Amino acid sequence: MKIVVCVKRVPDTEARIRVRGPAGIDAAGLKYVLSPYDEFALEGALRLKDSSPDTEVVALSLGDDSVAEQLRTALAMGADRAILVRGASSDDGFAVARSIAAVVRNESPDLLLFGVKSADQGQQQVGPMVAELLELPCVTAVSSFRLAEGSVRADRELDGGTATFEASLPCVLTITKGEYEPRYPSLRGIMLAKRKPVEEVDAPAEAPRVRLLSLDPPPERPPATILEGGADAIPELVQRLRRETGVF
Amino acid sequence: MKVLAVAETRDGGLRASSLEAMTVARTIADAGGGEADALLAGGAGVAEHAADLARYGADTIFVAEHESLATLPVERLASLARVVIAENAHDVVVLSATAFGSDLAPRIAAKLEIPLAGDATAVEIADGELRITRPVYGGRAFATIAIDLSPRIISLRPNVFGPQERPAAGRVERVVDLPQAGPHAKLLEVRASTSTALDVSEAAVVVSGGRGMRGPENWHLLEELCAAIGPHCSLGASRAVVDAGWRPHSEQVGQTGRTVAPRLYIAVGISGAMQHLAGMRTSATIVAINKDPDAPIFRVADYGIVGDAFEIVPRLTEEIRRLRAAG
Repeated sequence: MKIVVCVKRVPDTEARIRVRGPAGIDAAGLKYVLSPYDEFALEGALRLKDSSPDTEVVALSLGDDSVAEQLRTALAMGADRAILVRGASSDDGFAVARSIAAVVRNESPDLLLFGVKSADQGQQQVGPMVAELLELPCVTAVSSFRLAEGSVRADRELDGGTATFEASLPCVLTITKGEYEPRYPSLRGIMLAKRKPVEEVDAPAEAPRVRLLSLDPPPERPPATILEGGADAIPELVQRLRRETGVF
Repeated sequence: MKVLAVAETRDGGLRASSLEAMTVARTIADAGGGEADALLAGGAGVAEHAADLARYGADTIFVAEHESLATLPVERLASLARVVIAENAHDVVVLSATAFGSDLAPRIAAKLEIPLAGDATAVEIADGELRITRPVYGGRAFATIAIDLSPRIISLRPNVFGPQERPAAGRVERVVDLPQAGPHAKLLEVRASTSTALDVSEAAVVVSGGRGMRGPENWHLLEELCAAIGPHCSLGASRAVVDAGWRPHSEQVGQTGRTVAPRLYIAVGISGAMQHLAGMRTSATIVAINKDPDAPIFRVADYGIVGDAFEIVPRLTEEIRRLRAAG
């Protein structure tokens, strides 16, 4: 069994993002992490490896030298090897999908996992696009999955429910928060990771088709009106909300 | 510009988010003097929703009605959409970024070999150019982009745009040539969530609880408040309480949970971590109840009450009940 997990380097989800210039962010002092949803996907793969040790888990990331840091984290968590796909991780999701699909095709994994979305762009597109390009079945927003003979059963989160799908292998799953609380790399894992291979391949150049016009901080909300008096302020609050929102 | 809105039905009705998509499609079409169409696919009886789409601005409604489409299989719908878009030369495709729309949109995009502009919070036409604004870094910044090709495909954050009635011709055109199913996952079973009737992402009012609620045994206070507000209210939760196992992940609001934009968001005992604010800061009105006057949640709130949730929430419930009883 071979599992490829695609991971992305993103700014720490708790860090303050400072917009700088017309279309950039201030990267000084910004800490980068593995995108949280990708950690769930990696954990899902590692649990299969825990139960059947002949499973090979490969972490793959698209970007420049900097993504090696996140690939090392994936190796320290327990991935067997890593592939750095040298290319531009742009806003053009289809271009990204094409770069990844070209490399995955050569790896021919039984299972290809993604986080349901990246913590920076958050558009939920690359996983299902790679599936379309490779003509593989795909289930998105999976909170839990288990293998059966030649197939996988996956629980997908809906708006207000869960759906169970069955897909034959090979297939693509995009993983959301659910069963896979990610493990911390152990000291031994960190030591072992240093000796594990990180291969490099070049992605073909893609002409970006998404033009970033501006990047802005979130719109300022006017300062809160603090109603004094604790619970005694309730009648006034309710009157205001009724007038302004009309929801009750 | 010629625009196509892709509609979604559930429980025998058209979802409100689809009317938003239709409204945005109409707005884009009008700005460029073009047509706004809709794609309506589903099982037997789905055609009856064509009239609703006409009321919200559809010139032509492409209806694909077949038993095999009843469960809205995304692989087949993506193939269907590609054919409709190619045959009618649509320049822009609009969907709502619901669970269904977020699953379908990238598959249509891949078939057209184009990028998706996902989770948009604003769409405008300026200087003849379609400009799309969407949150990045989990809502810690907003990017405005243009895409240099046609067609373009956009998914909209639900509840942000609001539907507007603008009646149009609503000519129905039946799509009879349904594409074959390619590689796909087989749907085995659907289980509805048991916690609340309404999903947190589509509620007009969300009452969310955090660590300040002190334990799952106190959630009845929030449930009672939600019930007093009415059936359009749903419960949410902070990541801390979901991680602690007090509430299910389906209720989590924030970066690794749901993104919500209700008309009213009431945060009770939630301090307002960056990743939580990411999931709710586009709400129309935000009320924060917290005993810490310095809690970051007050920085995004419209109204704040500093005090003990156990005293304030029951009073709030009582006051809303009283007001609703008075009519």
